[in-house]
Amino acid sequence: MNKIISKSRLSDEVFRVEIEAPHIAKERKAGQFVIVQTDVEWGERVPLTIADADPHRGTITLIFQTVGVSTHRLAELNAGDSIEAVLGPLGNPTHIERFGRAVCVGGGIGVAPMFPIAQALKKAGNHLTVIVGARTRDLVILEEEMRAVADELIVVTDDGSYGRKALVTEPLKELCQSGARPDIVVAIGPPVMMKFCAETTRPFGVKTLASLNTIMIDGTGMCGGCRVSVGGKTRFVCVDGPEFDAHEVDWDGMMLRLRAYKPLEDEAHKALHESGQCRLTAMADAAKVAEDKAKAGGAV
Amino acid sequence: MNGATGAEMASRAKESLAGLEGKDLTNRDRMALPVQDMPCQEAAERARNMDEVALGYTEAQARVEAARCLQCKNAPCVAGCPVSIDIPGFIGLVAKGDYRGAADVIRKTNLLPAICGRVCPQEKQCQAPCTLGKALKGVDKAVQIGRIERFVADRERAAGGAPMPRVAPPSGKKVAVIGAGPAGLTVAADVRREGHEVVIFEAFQKPGGVMVYGIPEFRLPKAIVREEAEKLERMGVRFELNTLVGRTRPLAALLQEDGFDAAFVGVGAGLPKFMDIPGENLVGVFSANEYLTRSNLMRAWDKERAVTPIYPSKRVAVLGGGNVAMDSARMALRLGADEVHVLYRRTREEMPARAEEVEHAIEEGIVFDFLASPTEVLGDGKGVVTGLRVMSYRLGEPDPSGRRSPVAIEGSEHDVPYDTVIVAVGNESNPLLAKTTPGLAVDKKGHVLVDANQKTALDGVWAGGDIVLGAATVILAMGEGRRAAAAINEYLKEN
Repeated sequence: MNKIISKSRLSDEVFRVEIEAPHIAKERKAGQFVIVQTDVEWGERVPLTIADADPHRGTITLIFQTVGVSTHRLAELNAGDSIEAVLGPLGNPTHIERFGRAVCVGGGIGVAPMFPIAQALKKAGNHLTVIVGARTRDLVILEEEMRAVADELIVVTDDGSYGRKALVTEPLKELCQSGARPDIVVAIGPPVMMKFCAETTRPFGVKTLASLNTIMIDGTGMCGGCRVSVGGKTRFVCVDGPEFDAHEVDWDGMMLRLRAYKPLEDEAHKALHESGQCRLTAMADAAKVAEDKAKAGGAV
Repeated sequence: MNGATGAEMASRAKESLAGLEGKDLTNRDRMALPVQDMPCQEAAERARNMDEVALGYTEAQARVEAARCLQCKNAPCVAGCPVSIDIPGFIGLVAKGDYRGAADVIRKTNLLPAICGRVCPQEKQCQAPCTLGKALKGVDKAVQIGRIERFVADRERAAGGAPMPRVAPPSGKKVAVIGAGPAGLTVAADVRREGHEVVIFEAFQKPGGVMVYGIPEFRLPKAIVREEAEKLERMGVRFELNTLVGRTRPLAALLQEDGFDAAFVGVGAGLPKFMDIPGENLVGVFSANEYLTRSNLMRAWDKERAVTPIYPSKRVAVLGGGNVAMDSARMALRLGADEVHVLYRRTREEMPARAEEVEHAIEEGIVFDFLASPTEVLGDGKGVVTGLRVMSYRLGEPDPSGRRSPVAIEGSEHDVPYDTVIVAVGNESNPLLAKTTPGLAVDKKGHVLVDANQKTALDGVWAGGDIVLGAATVILAMGEGRRAAAAINEYLKEN
């Protein structure tokens, strides 16, 4: 059982929880992830990346988006509640060294796992540029945290509601074309974004790593569900990854595999909302009412 | 199977038993007694539910079957048992109706009889050299040792379980057991009895290893595994679930910082093997490990309650001929498939699966395509499986080991439609612990190297089960666990 110390809602669909996990907090390194289960009898094992850790407090921070039933259940928990199972840290840590110029590209929720990698790259003495991308203003996360660690921060949104109106690949391409060409690029985000980051840097021969978020069950090298073709060889994200050379990953194959259970998951997610069992909407409504009342100066 | 119902089997056994009462049986009498079949759920019915298939002997059946044992002085069966159970000893007691006594005899060497009675490949172990089977010219006519063992264990469970083993006063020593599978649970029990403190570290949310994630409920009810774990807890063994030694905590830290005096590594099999043919990463291709973990550990078979999804399948191909292939095929049927084929490159005779599982699978309607193996998984151009390209084989000349190897028949390739392919061709070893534990010596395949006492290259560290043997069986893992535990107990006496 891992107790939730604090919880906040970063946007409609994105939540941050700090949980007690002393061993993981001590052992984890940038690039690693955990598997979370809110219900060990019937729940799913969900891989989530570690956004931050505090070994002194013995806590780790998870940032996640509510994409299905299990992340919904997780989002419904509050400070003081416990998550039944948290396993980790899993996967290989990011290889960190002084490359020279490093560029971190984080898209959407991918900005969360990028944060510790950005920190580590900066600490190793790299010149660090961070590109943060999101669909729209509300989905931009960790902007201030990234600004504090990066030498240069570029924020882009698809709809131009915040920062520059562009896809992350546009500033990435400009950097590759500039005199200050990156020595390493790390991309984490939706698979299609990582694929196009890889295509952007490929002509420039810039080494590019991507952290893959495949389907996973055990996360310890047993089930093989996370397999992906890299450089023509089958590799396992949980024990060989999660980071791979983005130029070698079979992105189309990986994206197809990610959609294997999509119809079932969408159905379950929809059923959750229609059953009226989803408490998140109610929670958001209550928060809004409280906020409005506070603004109006009324007692809650 | 003779098609008799459980009730018929039971009443026939009662008659046979009545005929035995008070009689001094000669070997000829014993040999004339009928083999007692295992009462099972009706095939058509069980193929659509998750309940246990084999229902277990009635008391009369167990006693008649026990009366078949010739009580050979040389007891070849004992030599065939990986943990050397005194088989004639316990069977003799069953014949006399002393079931508690029989349980005591089994427990001297086997801590998990309810499990072994169900999942051991008896026809390859204890029952293979049985004198009666040899005399009657068929291993299927051997004394049904496994079924009697199960009867004894179940009877004891029904009566409240085995008496708690005596635990010696605290020794002040502490042992880490890594992995809560059959090897680890065995080590924990044997080491705890000597008064040592024992902590079992398990990566999954439940103890049992392959017995909970791999072997399905219909073959091994999870309640039995849970009872065994609870018994260990009552003995004072502590479980640290959701803990991956090597990642959550390095093995070296357990020994050097956390005060453990010895460790046992029983982390089991690892990465699934694939066929290495085109199309294996298409949607609809699963390793048996994934398919079974979803269905068993994550309980995806209960679609109402479980959140973990299972792929909806209508036409399923299972590749392989072992127990895991049988489990996958039969699970697919229970999850609603219309037609399930097992593709195996050799013939039924060479199949490594437990004979009873093959029989059950056939009764349930699984189709066996022998001398067949795919060369390619076919897709719809959008990444989803549509079938297999299958090559036919014939058996060639025996190789030096005497096994006839399959030879591909050229030009025999043909396409067969399937929407799901489950690959059950074995596992590589789990790379994780070796990778994160400097000094733990492994062979080329990644199996941990041990000496005759299961001791690894690292001081204070023993290993056993699939991480040493490769994919083996529950009973072999237990056997290694017992050996390791004895060595650990010896070591802790001196250190």
